[in-house]
Amino acid sequence: MAYVAVKGGQEAIAAAHEWLAAERRGDPAVPKVSTTQIEQQLGRAVDRVMAEGSLYDRELAARAIAQAQGDLIEAAFLLRAYRTTLPRLIGTEPVDTGAMQARRRISAIFKDMPGGQRLGPTTDYTHRLLNFDEEPTNPVALNPKAPEAMPRVTDMLGAEALLEPDTRTETPPGDLTMDPLDFPAGRDLRLQALARGDEGFLLSLGYSTQRGYGHTHPFVGELRVGEVAVSVIPPELGFAIEIGDITVTECQMVNQFGGSKTAPPQFSRGYGLCFGHADRRAIAMSLVDRSMRAAELGEDVKAPAQDPEFVLSHCDNIEATGFVEHLKLPHHVDFQSELETIRAMRKDANAGL
Amino acid sequence: MQGYNFAYLDEQTKRMIRRAILKAVAIPGHQIPFASREMPLPYGWGTGGIQVTAAILGADDVLKVIDQGADDTTNAVSIRGFFARTAGVRTTTKTAEASVIQTRHRIPEEKLREDQIIVYQVPMPEPLYKLEPSRAKAKRRHALAEYGEMHVKLYEDITRFGRVAVAYDHPVMVNERYLMSPSPIPAYDNPKMDNMPALQLFGAGREKRIYAVPPYTTVRSLDFEDHPFHPGRADQKCALCGGEESYLDEIVTDDKGGRMFACSDTDYCAARRA
Repeated sequence: MAYVAVKGGQEAIAAAHEWLAAERRGDPAVPKVSTTQIEQQLGRAVDRVMAEGSLYDRELAARAIAQAQGDLIEAAFLLRAYRTTLPRLIGTEPVDTGAMQARRRISAIFKDMPGGQRLGPTTDYTHRLLNFDEEPTNPVALNPKAPEAMPRVTDMLGAEALLEPDTRTETPPGDLTMDPLDFPAGRDLRLQALARGDEGFLLSLGYSTQRGYGHTHPFVGELRVGEVAVSVIPPELGFAIEIGDITVTECQMVNQFGGSKTAPPQFSRGYGLCFGHADRRAIAMSLVDRSMRAAELGEDVKAPAQDPEFVLSHCDNIEATGFVEHLKLPHHVDFQSELETIRAMRKDANAGL
Repeated sequence: MQGYNFAYLDEQTKRMIRRAILKAVAIPGHQIPFASREMPLPYGWGTGGIQVTAAILGADDVLKVIDQGADDTTNAVSIRGFFARTAGVRTTTKTAEASVIQTRHRIPEEKLREDQIIVYQVPMPEPLYKLEPSRAKAKRRHALAEYGEMHVKLYEDITRFGRVAVAYDHPVMVNERYLMSPSPIPAYDNPKMDNMPALQLFGAGREKRIYAVPPYTTVRSLDFEDHPFHPGRADQKCALCGGEESYLDEIVTDDKGGRMFACSDTDYCAARRA
């Protein structure tokens, strides 16, 4: 009866944590990975953890990845649990992605346009051949041109009124981190939830829309990656000051829309914006954003990706992993009552035979 | 390339793909499932087309790869480079010189010949997927040749917009039996598929389907007697070659509404200017 003996598992927990620490460190003869190495050389992992952890801090994200043994959901969880302890000092002004210093900017809808197509540091056209050769120790970027002005491709369509206008709202956006999410949820809250939603979930949902479960006829109007300035207006100053730059990825999806009683046929928008260099997340986000607008645009709502309550209630991987994994916690009290019930039911059933 | 077989895939895999191709040719327009492999390019980049090309390519073949009609688009450059590297075959940008043409989203303007094969990259082989997302149910519709829903969809377009609102991937009937996706080519290209002397092969890697249209097979774009199929193009001339028949790209030249139109088929345009 070994299990009964570990009742009151204080020691068991302590031993498990020591074991975990040893396993995390691995063979002490192998050099430890530094936080700086993770931040520098595992940049995409850092980007994902910042997005899902909902906190822009490369150093902290790298630290979380190391602590979580590279489990990125666990790392995002560490970051979220830390961010929640930070005081909210001030809100920033909206970032202007139109003024972005774009290192990458592509459009799938025009062959060329002002500012040009710019691939930037992308894996898009690499051949996925596992490299067994030593990588060059110090590769140098070839001729990275200075960023030039890149007007939004969607503005070029908008000028002809072929694309629905981006509506402005004077009401301040909601804040899903400070107020409970309630339904129906506006697009502000939906986009916030998607921006930090699980990349795999967004990816699969976006993919499902492409395969017929809530089709949206999408085209990538523009995808851009680069640095944007973040500014705040301190009340004592009354004017905006820049406090730093962050890297973001923005996707403007252009989707077919048949028009309605009040609007002629035109293209509609799906939008994605997230921390770091994350094409996949931004594109999936814009697919799901557009898909969730089905009811608003008078389209049939039949597929999971078109139902905001379904999407928003399940996109957060910190919530999801908690509830899914909690099944491994002790449930023997409930199970005991189930045992008794099923025994009683079987007795009744057998008696009736 | 060292460490890899000719044209990347191993011979057993190629044989499996060739069997699927033979079956596909025998039943025009019918989708044949095949055990699609992971390729070193992502799904969506043309893994189906690449596998079909790899399976049919011989050392004497001359390969042309286009994307959006052009040889110089990034993805076409990448796939052409892939085969030049893994198969060492001759590549060309000239339509007439090629024995195998792999394409995404276009059919060349120049008429294809009996000694040529065109391989289409296909994202969604199932023409009914927007109407019936379940592939199991769609398969039944094909077995029964039950395509009423598609006609209703086109009819609804006409009642709402006065025209069929399908600009690309306009569904076709092959050999008057199977409804088929022509792949996302503009409707403008659909008529070229009808009775084409060249063999047309279609590969969908992610969806694991191959289908084919044998030479000189009827391919009819779905329409109605009173609303005949209308292949559209921009009502403009090519700014480079002056072409008035070819399919055109619209290029944005400034942010004040400036536009330029040019042939999407770069080889056709270059030949006209030579």
